Amino acid sequence: MAQSLDRLKESPSQTAGPYVHIGLTPNFCGIGGVYASDLGSTMLNGETRGERIELRIRVLDGTGTPLKDALIEIWQADAAGFYNSPAELRGTADPNFLGWGRQPTDMETGVCLFRTIKPGRVPFRDGRLMAPHITLWIVARGINLGLHTRLYFSDEEKANAEDPILARIEHRLRVPTLIAERQGDAYVFDIHLQGEKETVFFDS
Amino acid sequence: MAERGTNRSPETGAFFQRDRQWHPPAFTPNYKSSVLRSPQKALLSFDNTLSELTGPVFGHAMLGELDNDLIHNFAKAGESAIGERIIVHGRVFDERGKGVPGVLLEFWQANAGGRYRHKKDGYLAPLDPNFGGCGRTITGEDGGYAFRTVRPGPYPWPNGPNDWRPAHIHFSVFGHGFAQRLITQMYFEGDPLIWRCPIVGGISNKEAIEALIASLDMQSTIPMDALAYKFDIVLRGRRSTLFENRPEGN
Repeated sequence: MAQSLDRLKESPSQTAGPYVHIGLTPNFCGIGGVYASDLGSTMLNGETRGERIELRIRVLDGTGTPLKDALIEIWQADAAGFYNSPAELRGTADPNFLGWGRQPTDMETGVCLFRTIKPGRVPFRDGRLMAPHITLWIVARGINLGLHTRLYFSDEEKANAEDPILARIEHRLRVPTLIAERQGDAYVFDIHLQGEKETVFFDS
Repeated sequence: MAERGTNRSPETGAFFQRDRQWHPPAFTPNYKSSVLRSPQKALLSFDNTLSELTGPVFGHAMLGELDNDLIHNFAKAGESAIGERIIVHGRVFDERGKGVPGVLLEFWQANAGGRYRHKKDGYLAPLDPNFGGCGRTITGEDGGYAFRTVRPGPYPWPNGPNDWRPAHIHFSVFGHGFAQRLITQMYFEGDPLIWRCPIVGGISNKEAIEALIASLDMQSTIPMDALAYKFDIVLRGRRSTLFENRPEGN
């Protein structure tokens, strides 16, 4: 036997279940008075820099039915491409923008709505710029380990074409699964959990 | 740039690869909800970029006084939730065995009768007017945390004709990098329902299941008040940046 590396194993994931709202968006599901507001429900204030946009996201199961009990978190850079995080060493992010949001899907329509700003470009590991994007984390009943993916923007064709992550997708017909369509000030994005149009999910 | 309120340098190394054999796979047909909600294509693997390495900071200032007390945070003045009073405590580590400070922990659970305060829960056990079922806290400098609650009841659920969930508390864990994001469930030592549960059974490794079972901790009880359970949580570790190429010039 060689020496032990003395490493621990990550705690195994378990599904967020159907009642994830109680823990993460209690005001949304009628549990008032415990927290003043649901964490991550408001991303902007009057001073936040950047172009205001709305994300309209749905999560669809293998039959194409929208999930009505999912929860999505997003994480993104500010308008100048800086993350509001201690691990951001390149500069200081907009103090009026945390860059993190959390929303449940609507219990009737399945639409998950975020009001945020369009992020700037962030460098890849080798210094090349990635296209503007938003990181998504999706949990719900029936999802055993939170799903990680990205939302890119349809009106950033040139940046998307040189994005190092999009470039790694072997089956090019799957690239559009990561690109949200611009409709006015909104971007519409359907996440397909299964099927021909299955979204590209990440292991990173 | 030092981390807020400390003189530590922030860690910026990539996270250890996730061991997907250790986690439950996406498709676990005995847990029926997973069948149509499980991706089937190969995941796109890549080493973390800044988008996964970074994450927001949640300060202790956001916490209310009763946020970590589920016995009282929804109760009318002078009243408290019904059930077996417990303290849940432990530490959040990363895979290197280091305590992780500043981790936002959010928890939710059924009441002592096994009923959730949620319009989708139709179980016949009654609601407790003094129990909401949510709480949160942030880990201290050594990764430690604690909260008070009542032990949740087991309950039947529509999966098989007679499936029961073991007593459990849901945990949402928010570490330093977005790639560490994790949701899991804590079970209770000695509960025979653990080994019959189709959701738990999605985990194939017995040792991994045991990592989600909290131990009765008599040394942390409060005599004549509350029993205690210890539940440690482990997040992905991260590499040292000492030998990393940083062509972007940091």
